[in-house]
Amino acid sequence: MIANFGYKDGSGDFFISIDTDKCNGCGDCVPVCPADVLEVRDNEFDPLAEDKMAAVTEAQRKKIKYACSACKSETNATLPCIEACKLDAIVHSW
Amino acid sequence: MISVGIDVGAKTVKIIMLNNDKIIARNKVLSGFEAKENTIRLFEQVISDAGITRDQIDSITSTGSGRKDVDFATHSVTDVTAAAKGATALYPDVRTVIDIGAEEGRGIRCDEKGKIVDFAINEKCAAGSGAFVEAMSRALELAIEDFGPLSLESDKEIPMNAQCAVFAESEVISLLHAKTEKKDIAKAITDAIAARISSMVRKVGFEKQIAVVGGVAYNVGFVRSIQNSLESDVIIPEYPEYVAAYGAALITGNQN
Amino acid sequence: MAKEFWRWKEYNWKHEDIDWKTGSVISAGVDVGSVSSQAVILVDGELYAYANMRTGSNSPMSASNAMTWALENTGMTLEDIHFTVGTGYGRVNVPFANKTITEIACHARGANKMYGNSVRTLLDMGGQDCKAISCDDRGKVTNFLMNDKCAAGTGRGMEVFADLLSLPIEEIGDLSFQVDEEPEPVSSTCVIFAKSEATGLLREGWPKNKVLAAYSSAMAHRVVSLLERIEIKPDFAITGGIAKNSGVVKRLEKEIGIKALTTTYDTQIAGAFGAALFGMALCEKSRK
Repeated sequence: MIANFGYKDGSGDFFISIDTDKCNGCGDCVPVCPADVLEVRDNEFDPLAEDKMAAVTEAQRKKIKYACSACKSETNATLPCIEACKLDAIVHSW
Repeated sequence: MISVGIDVGAKTVKIIMLNNDKIIARNKVLSGFEAKENTIRLFEQVISDAGITRDQIDSITSTGSGRKDVDFATHSVTDVTAAAKGATALYPDVRTVIDIGAEEGRGIRCDEKGKIVDFAINEKCAAGSGAFVEAMSRALELAIEDFGPLSLESDKEIPMNAQCAVFAESEVISLLHAKTEKKDIAKAITDAIAARISSMVRKVGFEKQIAVVGGVAYNVGFVRSIQNSLESDVIIPEYPEYVAAYGAALITGNQN
Repeated sequence: MAKEFWRWKEYNWKHEDIDWKTGSVISAGVDVGSVSSQAVILVDGELYAYANMRTGSNSPMSASNAMTWALENTGMTLEDIHFTVGTGYGRVNVPFANKTITEIACHARGANKMYGNSVRTLLDMGGQDCKAISCDDRGKVTNFLMNDKCAAGTGRGMEVFADLLSLPIEEIGDLSFQVDEEPEPVSSTCVIFAKSEATGLLREGWPKNKVLAAYSSAMAHRVVSLLERIEIKPDFAITGGIAKNSGVVKRLEKEIGIKALTTTYDTQIAGAFGAALFGMALCEKSRK
């Protein structure tokens, strides 16, 4: 399952996508984010399953354009969260 | 040399006339639905207020969202250029300008000459602009001039979840039903809009001195909230809504 | 008193031919949204009763109010229900729920039941959010996206317009087609700015229906851009209140080139329906 966290408003579309078929809930992406955007929690989108997945925190979900801007302002660098994920489960839409 | 700056904003048209960089006339009018005609009429009014004739004017610079509609301007400049120029001309130590208009919020970093280093615009979205404050003052049934002072009477920190002006209106009504005091809601609103604008300003990075211009600078509650949010005091020029027009008037044809 | 054009009808319904006392599993789902709340009661997976009402400003009581109304004239009480699932934005305020489940999972499950298991792409246009969901034939979510930051593309956006134009919200769908020719969509996506733009158009002499058409068009277009992010695969279905607005639905179908499936169920109960179905599954699981 692909979970797209983020929003669309007047300034554009900003989504962080987590592929839960790839994500194993290891949590490597959580500490590398300087803005505390990510966390590991229960996969609430499949109520009959019991696995864990990485997800965007509710506190940051509607602010990711600004929360992620610090990492994105460095051109040509891979984002720390994407770098940390060995399973390629994280994608940023912008 | 007589130069004029015309700022055709989403809500208000502002005109400043300078004689060798000194302000000799200043006036504004609601843009309304006939912004072009209202601009021309205001222009004629300003000429008459200054006691000069049309042919004495050497340069007319337009700015603002409706700047292309000012046919009689000699040239136009962008809002960010005008705001930065105006703010640094008034306060040479300014390196960051926060310009909040009726429909747009802008965060600008500039050098000592007002030249743009970086900027961010929050457009197409009412939250983070004067329209948000207006919608909220309607929801609270408060006159907009009373909004700021009332919010200063509160010290509470009530978070607002909604980031959209339409949703915030529903949230305000829920808070009112829950018997939250108006002054606390007013403060929550100024905090919310300041937080949104601070994120935008942090994105371009801010450096002191910071000037806040545009109509929303009159809202004392917003000023307090943004100072708390940025953890810095800010400069509010006199007549903050005219700063862009002032900057435009300073950027005469030969300097462009 | 000023007429409230944005107010849509609240109601409850009960199945006359089901005797719940003979049912094996009685499950319920309560969907507390920021604008509306629904309570659905199933008897062995069949729709028995439901209520649909405005959440209002008193969210903690909305769940109980919706449930009480759904139970009206059924002779059933809360104690007779074996498993209740709470969902929606206000799901923390369903004190009598045995479990809470995200509305994304519930809408997919509900749509799978209401529209059939051929549904693969679901659009839920709620009161204050817009959800694009891809699901499999069991109603399990395979891809999703939710936008609840911006009023454009949500029920509140439409309510603002109905109010501005003084047209009853239940009629604006049909009214938007009573135009000589389809106008260009309004240029602003922001509801607040679109409202100013609309006021200007009215002043220019545009008839209300034309303004409505322009706004419905803009809303449909905005929603399509969200849908495209998760890839649109047939069959396609729409749930939520705006599914009842033909003005947006038809323009949306035109833009994506797929006709939405129809259902005899009320589109606003999809979330609560899905929640109640999960309730039944979880109840059966616990009995094993």
